[in-house]
Amino acid sequence: MNTNHAASNNALESVFKERPEFRHIIDIVEPRSSVLDLGCGEGNLLRALQVSKHARVQGIEVSDTAIQECVAKGLFVYHGDLDEGLADFNDHSVDYVILTNVIQVLHRPDFLIREAARVGKHCIILIPNFGHWRVRLQLMLFGTMPRTRSLPYEWYDSPNIHLTTIQDFTRFCENHGLEIVQRTGFVLGEGKCRKVRTKPNFFADYAIFVIRKP
Amino acid sequence: MEAKNVILSLALRAHGGSLISMSNSSITGTQTGSVGVVETHYYDLPEPLLLNCGKTLGPIRLAYETYGQLNADKSNCILIVHALTGDAHVAGFHSADDKRAGWWDNMVGPGKAFNTEKYFVLCSNIVGGCKGSTGPSSINPSTNRPYGLDFPMVTIQDMVNAQKSLVEHLGISRLLCVVGGSMGGMQVLQWTVAYPEMVRLAIPIATTARLSPQAIAFDAVGRQAIMADPNWNGGDYYGGNPPSSGLSVARMIGHITYLSDRSMHQKFGRGLQDKACLDYNFKTEFQVESYLNYQGDSFVKRFDANSYLYITRAMDYFDLSEPSGSLAKELSRATCAFLVVSFSSDWLFPTYMSKEIVSALRRNSLDVSYAEIQSDYGHDAFLLEVESLSRLIVNFLEYADPDSNRFDEY
Repeated sequence: MNTNHAASNNALESVFKERPEFRHIIDIVEPRSSVLDLGCGEGNLLRALQVSKHARVQGIEVSDTAIQECVAKGLFVYHGDLDEGLADFNDHSVDYVILTNVIQVLHRPDFLIREAARVGKHCIILIPNFGHWRVRLQLMLFGTMPRTRSLPYEWYDSPNIHLTTIQDFTRFCENHGLEIVQRTGFVLGEGKCRKVRTKPNFFADYAIFVIRKP
Repeated sequence: MEAKNVILSLALRAHGGSLISMSNSSITGTQTGSVGVVETHYYDLPEPLLLNCGKTLGPIRLAYETYGQLNADKSNCILIVHALTGDAHVAGFHSADDKRAGWWDNMVGPGKAFNTEKYFVLCSNIVGGCKGSTGPSSINPSTNRPYGLDFPMVTIQDMVNAQKSLVEHLGISRLLCVVGGSMGGMQVLQWTVAYPEMVRLAIPIATTARLSPQAIAFDAVGRQAIMADPNWNGGDYYGGNPPSSGLSVARMIGHITYLSDRSMHQKFGRGLQDKACLDYNFKTEFQVESYLNYQGDSFVKRFDANSYLYITRAMDYFDLSEPSGSLAKELSRATCAFLVVSFSSDWLFPTYMSKEIVSALRRNSLDVSYAEIQSDYGHDAFLLEVESLSRLIVNFLEYADPDSNRFDEY
């Protein structure tokens, strides 16, 4: 049992090294709550929540190889497209609906965010911030589509079709009657996740929003 | 699958008759092997069974096979339920020179998806079948002649009720898993609502909660082919010539629905059969015709036409959303964890049918994983996509069991 414990801690550490922002998300989640991760990938965040918060987790993911990885982690996942929505879930039936790095690839992000806020008591949404100064600078100085650590793609091969800034997303929530419970900008790098307290829309390359439908 | 069986039997002969052939599995990382020579057992139900149709059937005999060892607390039993034309012989061989392995041999055995070194695997032939279980070709005790059409109509529920009697007879009060593809998947679903306390995990594969009108239509054409054969004789043909040409056509229709447009292109194209140019007649010209003829001809040697009528009818009747009309409501009796699998090119039981099942399960807040495996094989994929399916199943069995206290490990 001790070896298992150590093994899962090691697995957690390597996940955090790759995705340091997960620590912050995990801190938000109350122990033993229910979590639905939309676009859960290989299930690393869900597994980490299971291990460290004993959360009751489930995910939705479109990639078949990622689904295999999730099942290999003992997770319950649904193989499908997020643009199909969450019709099977009742209002406020899940404690946390999580969207990490997902809304910018959806065809109708507004639809899914509203759905997520309907289903989840809270939604935790991680977005890359298009308002970051590097993004602004590249466009202004060089007149090129920005490529940064959080947005590494060329204009033609980017899956990101609905990019947003912290400012835009804040306004979206206000206009759609969604309460922002928490908003944290941060800078990611080399296994670290540093919070940005001053002018996050300018200095943060990611932001985590915790929102809810009052 | 045929090719694999041939390779396996060649391997067996190469081993000087030894029935333990081993190969490396990329799924479990261990050696896989054959269960070897196995024997069919028979179980006689202690009492007649009251059927859905209101009639009583008895005595009932079920043919079954088992692989692996039942553990001390009888908690490692996996029940495999077979499809329309399957039987109890899932894996291994019936004798040392048997060339034909069981129908899911690539999934059942040491180191395979249903690892017989770990699990006790059980499969029984359905009631209504013709592979050792009581069916229309069995002797009717009140006439001492084969039942024929005097055999009462059986349903998927009746098949499951008979299996339950066998499971209890083996002293098993709770199954680790019930798994099956196609009509087997229907029985899996039926198990989860009829006997929820007896099922810990369920894996319905390439199946549906209610047969679609399209599938009913294909069944109807198959039955018409059989009944139009003069040899069918109102179902009373035992002792004479069976309706082979009718049954053969029914099987050919079935096989068309098991393939996909794409798999037919890949497998046959417009290729000609054993010739370079057309003969301009109605004999076999194309490879696809030859394939269907072969499937039809070989099927009639191993299957009873009346059983085909009864079993396809049982599938037609299957609608898990009855009586309430709500699948979610009917599935609310289920308590186990589910792995639902569909295949992208299956047009007989398309993906949306599996999604309907998943949707109903999620509405009941049940633990469910759903995977759609990308495949060109059509409905047949559940027998052919061994690697993807095995990976899912191995991990699901390992981790999803609600009794395994996995949270204690953290």
